[in-house]
Amino acid sequence: MEKRATFSKTSIGVMFILPQVLLVFTFFYWPTGAAMYWAFTLERPWGGGNEWVGFDNFRQVFADRAYWGSIFRSLVFAAATATLSMGFGLLLAVACDRGLKGYQAFRTVFVWPYAVVAPAAALAFRFIFAPEAGIFAALVKQNPAFWNPAQNGYHAMAMIIICYSWKYAAYCFIFFLAALQAIPRSVIEASALDGAGMLRRVFDIQLPLITPTFFFMLVISITDSFQDSFGIVDVMTDGGPAKATELLVYKIYFDGFRGLDYSGAAAQSIVLMLIMMVLTFFQFRYIERRVHYS
Amino acid sequence: MLKKILMSAVLSAALVSNVYAADRVKFDFWHGLTGNLGEVVAEVCKRFNDSQSDYEIVCTSQGSYPNALQNAIAAYRAKKGPTIVQIFDAGTLDLMLSDAYVPARKLMEDNGYKIDWDDYVPAIANYYADSKGVLNSFPFNSSTALLYWNKDAFAKIGKTEAPKTWEETFDALKALKAAGYECPMGWENDTWQIMEQFSAIHALPIASQSNGYKGLNAELQFNKTKFMDYLKLFKKGYDDGLIKIKSPETGEDVDQAFANGNCQMMMESVADHGSIGKTQKPGMNWDVAMLPVMAGMERHNTFVGGASLWALQGKSASEYKGAAAFFNFIAKPESALFWSTNTGYIPVTKSGFEFMKAQGFYDKAPYKGREVAIASLNASPVTEYTRGIRLGGYTQVRKEIRDAFTEIFANKVSVDEGMNAAVERGNIVLRKFEKTYAGKVMP
Repeated sequence: MEKRATFSKTSIGVMFILPQVLLVFTFFYWPTGAAMYWAFTLERPWGGGNEWVGFDNFRQVFADRAYWGSIFRSLVFAAATATLSMGFGLLLAVACDRGLKGYQAFRTVFVWPYAVVAPAAALAFRFIFAPEAGIFAALVKQNPAFWNPAQNGYHAMAMIIICYSWKYAAYCFIFFLAALQAIPRSVIEASALDGAGMLRRVFDIQLPLITPTFFFMLVISITDSFQDSFGIVDVMTDGGPAKATELLVYKIYFDGFRGLDYSGAAAQSIVLMLIMMVLTFFQFRYIERRVHYS
Repeated sequence: MLKKILMSAVLSAALVSNVYAADRVKFDFWHGLTGNLGEVVAEVCKRFNDSQSDYEIVCTSQGSYPNALQNAIAAYRAKKGPTIVQIFDAGTLDLMLSDAYVPARKLMEDNGYKIDWDDYVPAIANYYADSKGVLNSFPFNSSTALLYWNKDAFAKIGKTEAPKTWEETFDALKALKAAGYECPMGWENDTWQIMEQFSAIHALPIASQSNGYKGLNAELQFNKTKFMDYLKLFKKGYDDGLIKIKSPETGEDVDQAFANGNCQMMMESVADHGSIGKTQKPGMNWDVAMLPVMAGMERHNTFVGGASLWALQGKSASEYKGAAAFFNFIAKPESALFWSTNTGYIPVTKSGFEFMKAQGFYDKAPYKGREVAIASLNASPVTEYTRGIRLGGYTQVRKEIRDAFTEIFANKVSVDEGMNAAVERGNIVLRKFEKTYAGKVMP
């Protein structure tokens, strides 16, 4: 007797996947297709004609030194935020998993930053980091060059990285804590009985066992840092000073929605999509090899 | 029972709104003003709705000028656009080159209104008019840049009048610095005052083809004019500590720094005249004056800033009737008085200005000084290079200039390097725009 549930007709199966297919089509393939079309034409914002220009838009994007700068900055941003947010997320998760004093309260509090919307977090951090009114105000009074994100590009970049990582560490924390708690207690207790100290247990047992989560977080962090950074950049720096924090996604927004250069922005978003696909491919190809799925 | 009550409530509500809708033609007006200014727009709409019973205007703030533009484009392309939309100066050309609008003159003639087009202040009308001098949109909120100066601080250095030339201005800045003021003048890498208005006052070209009015093939030229000397002077003032950069990122923007008495001078839009008065340190004495000129050079009119109102295509005849009635309503001198009293914006028509003068508007304390803006716009007949700026992708061009300022004032590049790079990058934007509208003639 057949034990599995099967469908006699393919039409029923098609009906089940239809909502999902429709969603993906409406929110992914359709816009991507439109962006593709615009990327190869010159689109007039108020409609009324667009001209086929082949690869001109792409050529212009790649000929622009500022665009390469933007790619470089986005990669720096991705690497820095992934390291910081995953590092802190993991640290906090290990501490909570250990059941240190008051961990129930901390477990709740650590999650909160992720619930703060990016522009709100950015606004708060802008006040915190304002050279004349923020935490550095006293030091800035002694030495104005010490901290000035309005003029110093490195300071501005550090500021958005810290703000983004603060928010994203909470997200990492949730996943890492869940992964740590899924490790059977017996394994950890056994090693403790064998005399393994806390750090040894973390490095030899817990971390190897959560590598799948680690890998997942790495892929997601890097992908998200390319997209989610927008709200923070927009509120904190507007891409400035002098393009120092102009990440790819912000440049797309500015050129497209503010500058009404729809075609240039469409070409840039196609390039961004390709960059993210390549990055993800490399992560699966070279990093996933070192992941142990139990 | 409860269900029944609810049902009847819903039904009667539906009936009421139906009757209401049948009586009055509803149409949408999208604008980009928020806060106090947004509330005043809402008040203007209410006044219009109360003044007649045929039309109902629904005014919606989109949060900012760029948002109003983006949202109107998206809605227009989906055929759900508003009847009237407020478009800021930099968004004018894209709309003008499209078929998306109903020309203001045609709209008013079709609906039987006679508008005296010559009544508009020339510097305002010319800015928004096409190459034949015809207005396609209604100037609405208009402003220009003024020099704000702190009278108390000036009294300390023995001066009772605002400086008229840049030479005098720098003398005053030095004296203020010597008198112990930490920020003699506040500034925020903004292109509008320092590059655009300076070029207008001295009739210097910003771009070829009469700043773009004569054709889409215009090229930026501001790196070859006297503006460069001025920028170098300004940079030196910054290096000497006479000018300080104030921005939200540093903790206090230019307006707040002036209102708090921390900065003693600034170049700012007259539109902020009202809010400075409301937020100033109690008892502080300040005034406004025309922006200074370079000694020995003739003063010309400044550019108008702000936005104009456009009627979009694709609406019903009755909605256009309503839109025309609204435009007619806001063009009345009484509306100008209401608008200018509650915002810092200036009246856009000569009759509006005369009416306000006759009412004694400019004699009283909070509003006194705003007439300087009109004087600044009327400082000379409008000439080739003081008409305005009509360049495509101007938001991007402005950003390139602003980025260059940021680098120059952070001592990363020299004034020449920075401005040459801005011109080069700005010209790429202009060429792309020209190509996008290939075959279109500048209207």
